[in-house]
Amino acid sequence: MKSFAELNFPGRLIAVEGLDGSGKSTQIYLLKRWLEAEGIKVYFSEWNSSEIVKSATSKGKKRELLTPTTFSLIHATDFADRYERHLLPLLRAGYIVLCDRYVFTAFARDVTRGCPPDWVRGNYSFAARPDLTMFFKADLEVSLNRILEGRPKLKFFEAGMDLNLSKDPYESFRIFQGRILDQYLGMSQEFEFVTMDGNMNIEKQQVIVRKLVSERIDLKKFKRRSPLPLPPSLHIDRETTELEEDKAA
Amino acid sequence: MSTPKIRRFYGHGIPRVNPEELGGKLIVVEGADGSGRSTQIAELVNWLETSGRPTVQVGLKRSTLVSAELEKAQQGNVLSRTTLSLFYATDFADQLENIIVPALKAGFIVLSDRYIYTLMARDLVRGMDEKWLKNLYGIAPVPDAVFYLSVEPEELVQRNLSKNATLDYWESGMDLGFSREVFDSFLKYQAAMQGAFKTMQKTYGFDIVDANRSANAVNKELRKKISSVLDTE
Repeated sequence: MKSFAELNFPGRLIAVEGLDGSGKSTQIYLLKRWLEAEGIKVYFSEWNSSEIVKSATSKGKKRELLTPTTFSLIHATDFADRYERHLLPLLRAGYIVLCDRYVFTAFARDVTRGCPPDWVRGNYSFAARPDLTMFFKADLEVSLNRILEGRPKLKFFEAGMDLNLSKDPYESFRIFQGRILDQYLGMSQEFEFVTMDGNMNIEKQQVIVRKLVSERIDLKKFKRRSPLPLPPSLHIDRETTELEEDKAA
Repeated sequence: MSTPKIRRFYGHGIPRVNPEELGGKLIVVEGADGSGRSTQIAELVNWLETSGRPTVQVGLKRSTLVSAELEKAQQGNVLSRTTLSLFYATDFADQLENIIVPALKAGFIVLSDRYIYTLMARDLVRGMDEKWLKNLYGIAPVPDAVFYLSVEPEELVQRNLSKNATLDYWESGMDLGFSREVFDSFLKYQAAMQGAFKTMQKTYGFDIVDANRSANAVNKELRKKISSVLDTE
């Protein structure tokens, strides 16, 4: 699995992975805000967010129609859509792409659900490796408490209820998350995850994240030329509009 | 009477399904639009059911899970190749787990109006990686019989036009840019698809049926061959 840099893409992809409640989403959001403020061309993409595939996924989840195989395939479809229509062109155009979850989420979850690891990895083999993958590792209890605090209503698949681990959704969620964590830990070396201490306070973690990103990626190469240049035809249009506005005044 | 084959999957199979439990018979009819697939399948169902055999039908883009979304995406032609491929695989997997597997377990005859071979052929002519496709469709059980209804592209074009007075965008492979003219594109695309099927025939060993002939003649041949498959019980 080659990284985007190794494949000579002008852009770079940074992914965060970890359990629900590991703090990864907060960290990548803060990273995004920083990069934007630095004037860097940045794009953020979230797991399970393709417009076209979404209605099928939510229907499948609501009606509890999904099996491990269809669960895996529908998420692969969602990922492929974002990958082919957004990530690849943006990476060709020299963007820094931030992904909240990447293929490793599928590797961990689908295998926990019983899909053969080779099959899942093969299906995602069209995807290149991120240039940096940060794995947010918090103690299982810390992650669980962050999610379970206030006893939210856990969704069927989110709690891994399809695996028949326990009749109690909270207990099922705990066991399921524990198994996913084991999967993550098992592939950490193979895919060169940089492990982040998710128990640490948020500000301190963000300092480390920013430092790591600026060490790994030469950020000044990804600056947006400011202000955004407009194509010549638009300049003319704008002048014409302004003239007409003057006349109207 | 030969001994019945033990069921297996092409690859990894599907979690929680033991192939040996999949009795029944899985019979696939492959072929382009206009090859007479639907007519033949309707005739076969009629024949099987009147002879007291329970049958179930499946086909492409018929799943509860994604058929509507897949249709919509295809209308707009907005999906890229890998995405479309995975979307079709999801559609197949949904029918596999919810219809094919339970029906085979219950000893039914499953008639499949096209199967993974059409999906693979479509992707192969579009330059997708064969290894990737084989892994993806390793979830499919090996059928008991596969018939490919082979019709010359020139004959297909006549049948499609006499039925619909137009040629379908996807069945003409218009996305491939063979030709801007749908007529030319249809002929080239269907020839490429036949080529892909002939290559796959070597691996999957399906039965190529000459469907340039009358529907009756084709049906007679299919019944004869299916009878011999059903006799291996």
